[in-house]
This record gives sequence, structure tokens and C-alpha cells, in this order.
Amino acid sequence: MSNPGGSPSTAITSGAARRVLHQAGWETRLLLRNGEQLLLTIAIPVGILLALAWTDLVPSVAGPDRLSTALATVLSVTVISSGFTSLAIATAFERRSGALRLLGTTPLRRSELLGGKLLATGAVMLVAAAVTTGVAVLLGWRPTTGAAWAVVVLVLGTACFAAWGIALAGLLRAEAVLAVANGLFLVLIMFGGVIVPVSSLPAPVAMFARTLPSDALAEAMRVAIVGGRPPSLGMVAVLVGWGAVGAIIAGRTFRWS
Amino acid sequence: MSEPALVVRDLVVRYGARTAVAALSVTAARGQVTAVVGPNGAGKTSTVEACVGLRRRSSGDVTVLGSEVPVDGTLTPRVRERIGVMLQDGGLYATARPLELVRHVAGLYPAPADPAELLERLGIDPQTRTTIRRMSGGEQRRVACAVALVGNPELAFLDEPTAGLDAVGRREFHTLVRERVEAGCAVVLTTHLMDDVERLADHVVVVAGGRVVRAGTVADLVGDDESVAFRGPLHADLSGLVAVLPPGGTVVEDTPGHYLVTGAADPMVLSAIAAWCAQHGVRTADLTVGRRTLEDVVISLVGEL
Repeated sequence: MSNPGGSPSTAITSGAARRVLHQAGWETRLLLRNGEQLLLTIAIPVGILLALAWTDLVPSVAGPDRLSTALATVLSVTVISSGFTSLAIATAFERRSGALRLLGTTPLRRSELLGGKLLATGAVMLVAAAVTTGVAVLLGWRPTTGAAWAVVVLVLGTACFAAWGIALAGLLRAEAVLAVANGLFLVLIMFGGVIVPVSSLPAPVAMFARTLPSDALAEAMRVAIVGGRPPSLGMVAVLVGWGAVGAIIAGRTFRWS
Repeated sequence: MSEPALVVRDLVVRYGARTAVAALSVTAARGQVTAVVGPNGAGKTSTVEACVGLRRRSSGDVTVLGSEVPVDGTLTPRVRERIGVMLQDGGLYATARPLELVRHVAGLYPAPADPAELLERLGIDPQTRTTIRRMSGGEQRRVACAVALVGNPELAFLDEPTAGLDAVGRREFHTLVRERVEAGCAVVLTTHLMDDVERLADHVVVVAGGRVVRAGTVADLVGDDESVAFRGPLHADLSGLVAVLPPGGTVVEDTPGHYLVTGAADPMVLSAIAAWCAQHGVRTADLTVGRRTLEDVVISLVGEL
């Protein structure tokens, strides 16, 4: 009706694109209004950045590249906290409150809902990354040629972890999602190669950690920000592989109610 | 008339071993309000959920706006563009304000109504800064109603729309629904309030135990049978009263000391009943004359409401 002259297929496509953007705008608004969400995506990462920059809690961060390493670490933490933890929890509780049931009766397709959520998560992530990077600049960090690669890694990592966030939300009840999403977040940043590099972990843990997307993400981010280089194919493959599996599970387990 | 907006045939919905809906059939015509009434647990909500794609059905056929609904329940987005749904519980984003939520939902439909105007009609100030979480139950029902109608649906499912609504809110709701129906919308409404049914319903379906126990217009259900009810002495000898009734008239002591006389439409018969009552010490205040209420009829059909 908004497109009387267009062929039916263009009308469908433009309708779908419009609904995805509409939903993304809505999700972004809700995310930015949620205090807990902002704490998780912005306040905690900034806190971690300050702790890494000013203290020697994590010896591997110390050294000439201290600020770059700290920023890379914190950006990876942000990808996992908002791409995975927040998204999983928000989706699970929207299902419990019936908000998803309501959307399920509207013309919004589930792929459009998930697309909207992904875009909104990406938008909030960019805001969070900008804030964190701003704080790093205030502390004396200067952007390097690797910044563009960092954005690529950010997008790739967000897609991968968001797929798992949606998958987790579809697999468990809301309360269980809350516990598991937070628990996994802590495990991944501590033992998944994010804050503590895999090389500093005990051998058996390290071997396992090297297969995780958290290690690939953190390593790719360090390579980009500290080294100014693109991520290796291996890192990309791990992120894409985990992302694909997550997306398949998400597609199979997603329910409106 | 064109094909019905909704056709449900032999619908069965089971939750494990429990059967919520047992071979229920109902048809909702375009431009009419179809009211589904019945006690709690009668299967009303399960039926609505099976129709709108939120509940998998065990068997039976459901056709919404000419499209067969698949067994797993999912309606195609094409059909969803033409329906509106008011769920019985929640579904509203608690942290949103009414206007932004209704606007968001409007944006998902191809030809929506004006969100602010709709909210205003339902007695919600579109400019309010109050979040939905902080609104009363009745106010939340009004917002949910706006959400259901904002897409200008051809078929609207309203599951207990007036629960918790005050008298003014119900009138506003009735007026709005009547307008939509006159414009051709089909409305399927579940309710416990006979006021809703008497004011709105073109077609009433009484459901109990997951089955339809009676269907028809309000007039069909109530019948044109005048009745007299009175309170009098316990276990009175009714033979003198039966004698004055026309053929087919009955009198029963339905609860101790409470009597119900049917088949007494004629004023001459009424005066004879009144005379009998005077002799038996029944006070005027204890005597009521009139048609059985819809509530009486439904209670007699389902045993409870």
C-alpha cells in the first residue's frame, strides 16, 4: 500500500527491510534505556580498562603496549557482555513477559526480529566501543592503522556471540538463561583467553581455550589494535565456525512463546 | 455474505494428558462480534491461541481469513498483516510508554490507524510519561486493546479485553469495537462479563469443558420466555400455583425458599401468581418479573461462570 507502483516482490523486500530497521530502532531505544544494560556494556568495560591501565593485576597487560592491550581486552569483553550475555538475558525475559508472543502475532517475521536485535546490539556495541575508546584516548592512547581491522573484528565477534545469545535464550528458561549467561561470561573472560591470555593458562585449560571464540576474538582484537595487523585466517575461521553453529541452533530453538 | 473471517472445525488442543479443547467448532462472520463465553478453564484462551499461531493444535482445522493455519500454528506474515490480537496476559513491554509501544506496533503493519487517536479513544492520554509497568491493570488492558486494533485488522481476537476495566472504560471499548465492526471487521471476543456480550455480541458461543454447549444470538439464548421469581416460605405447597399457570408453565423451588415460575408471559397469569403470593406472605420486594438474564442462562448451561 505504501508502494502502489512496485512489483509484489519489491514490496515484500522493502517491507521486510523497513520492518527490520523499525524493530532495530525500537530494540536500540529499549537497550539504551535499560540501566543494567548500560552498566554491563559501558560502565563495567570502562572500569576494567581503568583497572588494566592503572594496576598490575594482570601482568601480561603490562609493558610498552599496556594501553593498547588494555583497550583490545576491554573491547573483547564488551563484545561478549553485550553481544552474548545481555542479548540472551533480554531475549529470554521478553519471551517470559510475553512481549515476544505479542510480536509473534504482528507481521514481523522471526528473521526480521532477529535481524533487528542483531542491528540494535551492533549499534549499542558501537556506542560502547566509542565510549571505551574515548576513555583510552583520554588516558593517552592514540589510534593506529589497526583501528579499521578492530572494527571488522568487532562486527564479526558481535555476530558470532549474538548468535549464541539468541541460541541460549531459546534453549533455557529465563532464570536459567540469567545464570548461565552471566556464568559463561565470567568463565570466558577469565579462562577463555580474554583477560588472561591463553599462554598464561595451565596447559590443559589452554588447549581447550584455544578452540573457543572468546580466544579468537581477543587474539584478533589484540593483533589489530596492538599489532595494527589483520586477524589471521585461523581466528576468522573459529569466529565464523562458532557463529554458524550458534546461528543454526538459534534458528532451531527460537520460539515466540 | 462473503466467506467467514474465521472457521474452526473440530479443534482439539491437549497439554500432555489434559485436553483443554475437545472438538470445538466455531465460525466468526465478517462485520460481526462473536463472543466466546464460559467458565475459567473452558478452553477459550487455548482456542484463541490456536487460531493466532501461538499454540500447536492436536487436531482439527483452523482457517483464518481464507488461509489454512498449519498444525504447528504459525500464521504467515501475510495473514498476520490482516489480524490484530489482544492477549489475555501481558505482552506489553513494561518499560515502554503507551504511545511509543502502539507506534512501534503500528509501524509493523502496512496501513495502520493513528496511534495517538486510538489511545485517546480508549481513555489513555497519548502524551503520558508513565511507563506501562506503572499503569493499573485496567489501563494496561486499554493499551493492549490499542495494540490489537492499531493495524486496522480485518479480524481481531480480543481475549478478555474488559477484565479489570471500569464502567467508563467498558463503554469506550464497546463503542470503539462497534465502530470497527460496522466498518467490516470481524471480532472474536472472550469474556466473563455478560454486559460485554449483551452490548456487543451478534453471535454467542457458550463453551464448557472444551466444547460448545450452545451457540446463537443473545435473543436465541435468552429466549422470549417471561419468568417470575420470588422468595417465600420454605417448601410451600405449590399445587394452587401450578393450577393458575397456562399449559407448559412450570414452578420449581430451585433453592430452598426461592421459587422460579416459567411460562408466565400473560399479565392475567401474572395477576393470579401475585394473588397466590399475597396469600402466602410473599412481599412485593421479594418478587421479580422479567426475562431470565443472559447470566442466568449461561450459568444454567455451564453450571458456573
